[in-house]
Amino acid sequence: MTITNYLVLAAILFTIGAVGVLVRRNAIVVFMCIELMLNSVNLTLITFARASGTVDGQVIALFVMVVAAAEVVVGLAIIMSIYRTRRSASVDDVNLLKY
Amino acid sequence: MDGVSAPDLSFAALAPLLFVFGAAAVGVLVEAFAPRAVRHPVQVAIALTGAVGAFVSTLLLAGTREVTAAGALAVDGVALFLQGTIAVLGALSVLLFSERALDPARSAFVAVASVPAGSVRDRELATDERVQTEVYPLASFALGGMMLFTAANDLLVMFVALEVLSLPLYLMSGLARRRRLLSQEAAVKYFLLGAFASAFFLYGLALVYGATGSVRLSAIREAAVVDGGDTLLVLGLGLLVVGLMFKASVAPFHTWTPDVYQGAPTAVTAFMAAATKVAAFGAVLRLLYVAFGTAEWTWRPLVYALAITSMVVGAVLGLTQTDVKRMLAYSSIAHAGFLLTGVIGLGADGSGPGLAATMFYLLAYGLTTLGAFGLVTLVRSGEGEATHLSQWAGLAQRSPVVAALMALFLFALAGIPLTSGFTGKFAVFRAAIETGAWPLAVVALVTSAIAAFFYLRIIVLMYFSEPVPDGPTVGVPGLPTTIVLAVTAAATLVLGVLPGSVLDLADSAAVLVG
Repeated sequence: MTITNYLVLAAILFTIGAVGVLVRRNAIVVFMCIELMLNSVNLTLITFARASGTVDGQVIALFVMVVAAAEVVVGLAIIMSIYRTRRSASVDDVNLLKY
Repeated sequence: MDGVSAPDLSFAALAPLLFVFGAAAVGVLVEAFAPRAVRHPVQVAIALTGAVGAFVSTLLLAGTREVTAAGALAVDGVALFLQGTIAVLGALSVLLFSERALDPARSAFVAVASVPAGSVRDRELATDERVQTEVYPLASFALGGMMLFTAANDLLVMFVALEVLSLPLYLMSGLARRRRLLSQEAAVKYFLLGAFASAFFLYGLALVYGATGSVRLSAIREAAVVDGGDTLLVLGLGLLVVGLMFKASVAPFHTWTPDVYQGAPTAVTAFMAAATKVAAFGAVLRLLYVAFGTAEWTWRPLVYALAITSMVVGAVLGLTQTDVKRMLAYSSIAHAGFLLTGVIGLGADGSGPGLAATMFYLLAYGLTTLGAFGLVTLVRSGEGEATHLSQWAGLAQRSPVVAALMALFLFALAGIPLTSGFTGKFAVFRAAIETGAWPLAVVALVTSAIAAFFYLRIIVLMYFSEPVPDGPTVGVPGLPTTIVLAVTAAATLVLGVLPGSVLDLADSAAVLVG
């Protein structure tokens, strides 16, 4: 199997994630779509590392996982605090600020 | 593989970063172990020590040009100049955070962020004099991330720095004591859009790694000489630029800016508006010049289009705003466009005057914006800050000093001569013209004129309107805010009247290694 297949799969996953962020209405689901984008990047990195025979890509993927974990902590804390006030995690309800 | 060797670390060159990150780490420990009564003054002192220490060490390091930390960090003129700028802006922001004379509850930050807004417990705490002190270590971490961002010589370090500066800012935007729902909403929006943008940056990183086999900026530069037109490389560059332009709030990636600037506590907005802009442009300059300086044709049209979009969007939408903080947000979008004209002025192989001009502009803009937001914290009505424009009518009669200072900052943002804004704009426009980008300079001049209208509208409102009967009061600031306003106003004037020495400093510091 050529590496192109993995790259195409990663690109498809990244696109699904990006479209999901734009169309889904629940903050948690939007956030999961962002995580999907990050993981598709990991797949891309590991594929390129395999193709070039260097380990850099694999190391970068580890860094991405650590950063993603930190992002989950901060993100869920923020979403949780607004959910406890409004009893809703829908991004459509978050509409006090406009114009 | 011949074993693992220790990377070369020049601790002296990293001193500014070590100061700020050290302050952040100590701040976390103080938060955990110090008794509540002493926490606030101790936290302020630690955060200030970190920022001031970082500033002094950038001064002592002046003239250093080296690549350290196994090639991951470049400590050069641009990095040190921008780190010094960020450290000054950070120290002034910490002073704004520590203001205790304005709010009746003695702090602009929420007492306990985890209590649901509007609950019984929240109403009890709203008038309580307890304050959240997490904001100081968070600010130190954000400051450290920003300073790392300007020195990153490696896309991975750039990404980590981007997250280190962003994550604390997401939290800090949600910490307002008044109007907590708006503040939490700002935090959610900033977080979701920020994480979305950093995913794009990361995908760009992966594609550039695939195209060149490295994430080191110098290695990308070498690969771009051989094969600058590689599809993966150009696509990767595009995605990296999207991620960075989001942080710099350049249109069309600006949509979060007005909402977050309005909802966040004003002191945090001041920090975000001033320091993040400096950090983001530091990274933009390094990426475009060090990594892609030899493949200039790949990014020049893109940056050209972004500059025009940002200037036009910022100036035109700024006209329709009725809230001071939102208006300053659109002004920040327009200024991001002006800064990009300076980036265009880098010219082929970075020989143009654009680098020094952009650095000077960042310093001038950062100080002016910080002062303007600092003034917004003074104008208050019963429920907090009075940010609606109509409430500012006739402010000059209530407080001539506040109105005069605001007029000075707005003149500087509009680019009126004898203020720092004029010197900065003159420098970046001249840089753009000298590198042949005169159409861009024409657009910049037209949009400056449009933007001047909404700045002057506030001045007219303050001086030539009758005050509204139940209008806002002007709070008497304590020592911290007074220092911030005095420093920023003095800098705005000095950089406008006698900019020579600072321009020379920026000129001599305009060296990028990598």
